[in-house]
Amino acid sequence: MRKCSLDSMNSVFAEIAKAATLYIPADRTDGAAVYTKWEEGVVWSNALNTVRSPKDFFFPQMENLMEFKTQGKNIEIIDTRSETEDFVVFGVRACDVKSFEILDRVFLSEPVDSYYAARRAHGVIISLACTRPSETCFCGTFGINPAEPAGDISVWKTETEVFFRSNTEKGAALMQKLEALTEECTEEAVDAQKEKISAVMKKLPLADLTTEGFGGGKTKELFDNPAWDELSQTCLGCGTCTFVCPTCQCYDIKDFNTGKGVIRYRCWDSCMYSEFTRMAHGNNRNSQKERFRQRFMHKLVYYPENNDGLFSCVGCGRCLAKCPISMNIVKVMKKIGGNNK
Amino acid sequence: MNNRTETLIPKVGVITDVRIDTPDIKTFRVVTTDGKKAFDHRPGQCAMLSIPGVGEAMFSITSSPTNEEFMEFSIKKCGCVTEWLHQAEVGQQITIRGPYGNPFPVDDVFAGKNLLFIAGGVGLAPLRSVINYCRHYRDRYGDIDIVYGSRSKDDLLDYKEIIDEWATDAGVNVHLTIDNPQEGWDGHVGFVPNYVKELGFDTNKTAILCGPPIMIKFTLEGLCGLGFDKTQIYTTLELRMKCGVGKCGRCNVGAKYVCKDGPVFRCDELDELPSEY
Repeated sequence: MRKCSLDSMNSVFAEIAKAATLYIPADRTDGAAVYTKWEEGVVWSNALNTVRSPKDFFFPQMENLMEFKTQGKNIEIIDTRSETEDFVVFGVRACDVKSFEILDRVFLSEPVDSYYAARRAHGVIISLACTRPSETCFCGTFGINPAEPAGDISVWKTETEVFFRSNTEKGAALMQKLEALTEECTEEAVDAQKEKISAVMKKLPLADLTTEGFGGGKTKELFDNPAWDELSQTCLGCGTCTFVCPTCQCYDIKDFNTGKGVIRYRCWDSCMYSEFTRMAHGNNRNSQKERFRQRFMHKLVYYPENNDGLFSCVGCGRCLAKCPISMNIVKVMKKIGGNNK
Repeated sequence: MNNRTETLIPKVGVITDVRIDTPDIKTFRVVTTDGKKAFDHRPGQCAMLSIPGVGEAMFSITSSPTNEEFMEFSIKKCGCVTEWLHQAEVGQQITIRGPYGNPFPVDDVFAGKNLLFIAGGVGLAPLRSVINYCRHYRDRYGDIDIVYGSRSKDDLLDYKEIIDEWATDAGVNVHLTIDNPQEGWDGHVGFVPNYVKELGFDTNKTAILCGPPIMIKFTLEGLCGLGFDKTQIYTTLELRMKCGVGKCGRCNVGAKYVCKDGPVFRCDELDELPSEY
């Protein structure tokens, strides 16, 4: 483990940014923390987490897949994939680091999504342990320890110092570049912080939420639960939950005619939208209730069934904070799960 | 960089023949720009066809894999992509990628079995690939019965092939029906599910169903009424798709993705899924 003083973090950022594009959480003028490309003057945010999840780095909200040139009856396909630049994402919380594993199982399973894979290969994740989890946090429900974040390098921040531990080859290579700016240290301060966080976690309002009653093989049991009617009744179908969610990965593929050719692009889509499944011969999920149920059944039953029991939620709490009608996965879990207190 | 394989990037295909089957169904013959088949497939698999600027959609490959020269797609005019295709002429280039999905188990489960194909309307398109595959390897299968129905005589897909080739094959029995009486039609009149019940098939067969959801529902009930077990009945599903490889999330039903885990399902497997297909 190595450390540096909190005051010298600007030099650390500068050193990292020499070799790769660096993104850190910084406060926007409206106060919201967003991942921002670091350059001299960009200040590391004190916020617990960013408004948008870091999934954009690997699975951007919109990306061009290819281009077409058409002339008369002829079509030319242009592979526009270019070399991905090396980049570093700093300050990723434990919940969001876990979300990458969930996305990996979708995009890196055969056939591998080459767009996502290239970004994964070129990105270095520097995580950041939480010190002030919020009332909307429930990462513990999914076995995530916010004081022990994964990633290529794990970082802990105290009042005066910043501690680094590399976990992967990529992380070790980057730490080597920071050798002159950091010094070898004991884990004492970090251990003390971990203990403190562990005590805080037990006091969080959602500390008792469990995944009991959910998981693979529960489709029959949960699908026709009458509570879906009530739970979905006020859902606006706005899709905000899916857009802020670090694990939602449904996408659309669309064509855009530029006048000189056609760009085929991919963009985030949402199972909450009526268009999502609409076909010429009808829609297999006609009501908002069906679409609402699909989102939660996927995260809590279907995904774990296909992925060794791993749930497709990391308890980041973004959907709790952002849903305009205050409906969310926690309410669903409490209502139809095994711990409906 | 660009030698990385990417399933979403298609190949250019050329329409080399357009056959008008019915007032709203045309069959398109497609090869690559160098005149070859775009890729090998198995009976029941699908391909993504697109017209840049219009869109991309999944279609079942109606030609048999034993056809080594080209692929065929029977397409009903019902949306943006299909309407565009219907006005396309020979020589028009499109894009094609695939094959996607699981095929019908023609080489193991179906081998040695009597086969009962039941189709309604454009639902014959995916089954034609299987029927012609089984006809090609005729000695590997028992008797073949084909029940096919449509709205009218004019709406019967592949009518010429059915009459000239299928109906004249030894051990192949074709049973056609149309929904309402029509001048010049002396065959059976009535809906497919009822016709299946009237024909009263022996249960020593494996049934393969495809058609509108309502037809599948009632035919399935009819077959079960005749004593068929759901493990003897196969069908192929259709849901909206974008990626074709189980990632975009669109065709997800229960823990299955129709593009990747289907489109072919045994009917008892469907009972395990929520009824959202």
